[in-house]
Order: sequence, then C-alpha cells, then structure tokens
Amino acid sequence: MTGDWDLAEECAQDAFARALERWPRDGIPRNPGAWLTTTARNRALDRLRRVARGATKLQEVAVTSRAHDGDDEHAEPGLDDSGVADDRLRLIFTCCHPALGREAQVALTLRTLAGLTTSEIARAFLVPEPTMAQRIVRAKRKIRHAGIPYRIPPDYLLPERTGSVLAVLYLLFNEGYSATSGAELVRVGLCAEAIRLARTLSELMPDEPEVAGLLALLLLTDARRAARLDAAGDLIPLEDQDRARWDAAAIAQGLALLDGALRRGQPGPYQVQAAIAACHADARAAEHTDWVEIAALYRELARMVPSPVVELNRAVAIGMADGPDAGLRLVDALAASGALAGYHLLSATRADLLRRLDRHVEAAAAYREALALAATDTERRYLARRLDESLAAAGT
Amino acid sequence: MRYILLICTEEASDQAMSPAEGEAQMAQYMKFGEEMGQRGVLLGGERLRPTSDATTVQVRNGEVLTSDGPFAETKEQIAGYYAVEAKDLDEAIEIAAKIPGASKGSIEVRPIWEY
Repeated sequence: MTGDWDLAEECAQDAFARALERWPRDGIPRNPGAWLTTTARNRALDRLRRVARGATKLQEVAVTSRAHDGDDEHAEPGLDDSGVADDRLRLIFTCCHPALGREAQVALTLRTLAGLTTSEIARAFLVPEPTMAQRIVRAKRKIRHAGIPYRIPPDYLLPERTGSVLAVLYLLFNEGYSATSGAELVRVGLCAEAIRLARTLSELMPDEPEVAGLLALLLLTDARRAARLDAAGDLIPLEDQDRARWDAAAIAQGLALLDGALRRGQPGPYQVQAAIAACHADARAAEHTDWVEIAALYRELARMVPSPVVELNRAVAIGMADGPDAGLRLVDALAASGALAGYHLLSATRADLLRRLDRHVEAAAAYREALALAATDTERRYLARRLDESLAAAGT
Repeated sequence: MRYILLICTEEASDQAMSPAEGEAQMAQYMKFGEEMGQRGVLLGGERLRPTSDATTVQVRNGEVLTSDGPFAETKEQIAGYYAVEAKDLDEAIEIAAKIPGASKGSIEVRPIWEY
C-alpha cells in the first residue's frame, strides 16, 4: 500500500509542537532536524502502542520503526541513524511527488518538514489562509486517494524524483530571498528552511552532485544577505556591496561543497548556478569579478535549461565582460522577441546598461518602465533612486 | 489499488494511419497486453470505436435527449482504457508509460473510487 503517510505526517507535526514547547526551556538541540524526526518516530510508536495494536498496516510501521531503533536504546540518534534518515527522506519525496502540483509540493514540504502553520505558509506566499488551507487539504487527499507512495523512490526513479525535490527547495529559497515586503520575517525564514532541508538532503544523498550543487548555491547566495540591504532596508546592488559583510564561513562551506560536486564529473544546472555564485564569492572586490567566466557559465546554463531569463542574465554578464554595448544588443534582441514582456528585470537591465553608456534620457525611460512593473517595495525604492540619478544626469 | 488508465489520442492522426502502421500499433498493444497479463496487473481493458460512432445521452426534466458524437469536442479523445491493479501510483504511472498510446497521446491515470 502507500505506507503510513498520515501517521508520519501527524507525528512530525506533533514533534514540532513539542519542540516549540521544549526548546525555549532546554535550548535548541545541536541537531534539530534529527531531534525532530526521532521525536516523531517515538511519538508514532507511543500512538501505535496506544491505539492501533490490531491494525496490520500500522503494525507494519511499528515493526519497521522498531527495527530502526535497534537494540541500543541509549544511543544518541543523529542523521547517520538510517531509520531517521529514511523517515525524513520518505517525507520529502512524498511531499514533492510529481503527481502533485508545484504549489502543493511547496506547501506540503513547509507544513510537514518545516512544521510551519498554514497561516504562516499563507503569509509567506501572500495568499489568503483559506486558499492555502484548501491547497494543503487537497494535496493530502490526493496522496491518500491516488495512492502516492510514502517511500524513498527506487533507484531508477531517483534522478527524476530528486529533481522535483530540488526544484521545491530552490523555489522555497527564492521566495524567501526575493522577499522584502509585508510579511518579510516569515519569508526570510523560508531561506533558512530551504538551506536546512537541502543540508539534510545532501547528508542523506551524498552521491548526488546536484544535491550538493543546490546546497552550495543556496549557501553562496545566502552568504550575501547581510550586505544586500542597507540600514533603511534598501537594496544594494552586488557591485556596491561591502564584501567584508559577506558570510565567510558560509562561502567556504559552499565552495568546498561545489568542488566536491564538480569532481564527480556530472554537471547539472544547480552546480552551474553555484559556480556562478562562486565567481562572485571569489572576487575580493567587484572589479575582480571574472565576468568572462560567468558569461561562459550562463551559456552552459542556457544549454541545459533554455530560458529567456537565463539569456537575460547572460546579457548582463556579457555587458560586464565585453562592455555595455554588447550587453545592450543582446537585451534589445530579447526585448524584441517578446519572451519577457512585462518582466521588470528586463526593463531594469536595459536601464542599467543605458546608464553605463551615459544615455541617461533613455535610461530614465527604462527605469520608469521597470518601476511600473516591479513587485516589491524594496525594488521600487531602488529603481526610484536610480531614476532620480538618471534624471539628474540627463539634466546636466 | 485499482486504477483506470484512459488512453487519450488524437483521432485524426489515428485515422490517418496506413494499414501497415495500424497493424504495427495493434502488435504493440498485443505485446503490452501479454506482458501486463503475465505480470498479473491487468483487470481488463478495451479499445473503443471512434467518436463518430458515439452517442451522447442526457435526461432533462424526465426527457431523454440523444445526440450524435462525444460529450465534449476536444482534440484528444478517449480511444480505449485499461483497468489495472497496482501497488501504488508509482506502479500505475510505470504501467501507463508502457502503453503504446503514451508516446503519441496522453494517459490519464484515475484511481477507482473504492467503497
């Protein structure tokens, strides 16, 4: 059958609730992820002994859980405990099953693995709480009724299924990273959750270079967080960031992970994106950035995952490597294709290249366009500042 | 679990097949049926006549309304189905992917409502 999804999920939430009660008193354990699943498993056993002695299906879970416990009751469970590892992996793969819509995958992952409440998830994704509640209920119903298995996929399905898990974690991180308005705090927490889950996944699947690649990408990107906003909460572009404020430990960790992944000789889109982030992390000052390398990496990325957004990023890199003229030619070609119509970063990129070319009147027009399309207050404030600068420069 | 695998294909391209192509397709379906029969997952399945042979029936205010054709005019139509017994959705997906029609059209995997 489908494994005991309901029980596992309920117990995971239960464990999270107990963690919230206990951690303020006892302090956060060194390894909260392992603590959570261990507690979840113990609670599952309690419950099974209490209420479900007769049910075959539940007995099955009890048997496997007990087998995982082993004989050594006082052993300190950690992620190397295969029982804990399996529980957690099973949950991740069930939540991210491709038969569920992406939005449902993300919501379920946050609900069951990160233990966020429905209202927190709703706020994080800026949808009304009843909408989010319904999304989660529907997804759980589909898991049960369509027979989505609660298990780690067999080897032949792993590449496809792992891709789906990575996409969810990537999306989770980006939601948090690009967040700046309204429910800021909850959304910033999404980054930490994505990193924590990616770390768990990379410990559970050490032979998957794309898993390590994703974790490296998230660490290298998150390392810049503190330098990304000024005291007023305004966006600071990469080239103006105070690199001393980048998180050196996170960068070192990200670079080591990426090196290990690349040595396996199976490159993928997450490793390439991590390599791009590494080019920035490696540069002691903005002017030392190896834009030629970054442009080549974007070309590689565009080959793996063709997308106009990747092309736009490549145009930025070319603009830095070969001069704003070359970048602008690519951006104008992209704009003419119509593939990114209404995308504020297309206008913002054009504006930036025009600004570098001292074509301030055109830059101002492009900044105005971007401003009208931008989604967050922080981006709008940044663009408004640039617009003022362009207008001032155009006036002189 | 029991699932119905609905084979949805473009009727126009099915009808445009040459006799040789039609026979080759039939042979693929026979092979699939044999394999799945041996595996013991097949509960049943039929090929359906095209929608030009379909009749749609509705009862409104006690009156039987009959019309020619399928209930919905869509590009892809149900051309046949299999009923299978699978361990879980992953096995149902694996079986669905092996149906010859999956490489041209789509297979809709629907769990049977069990009471």
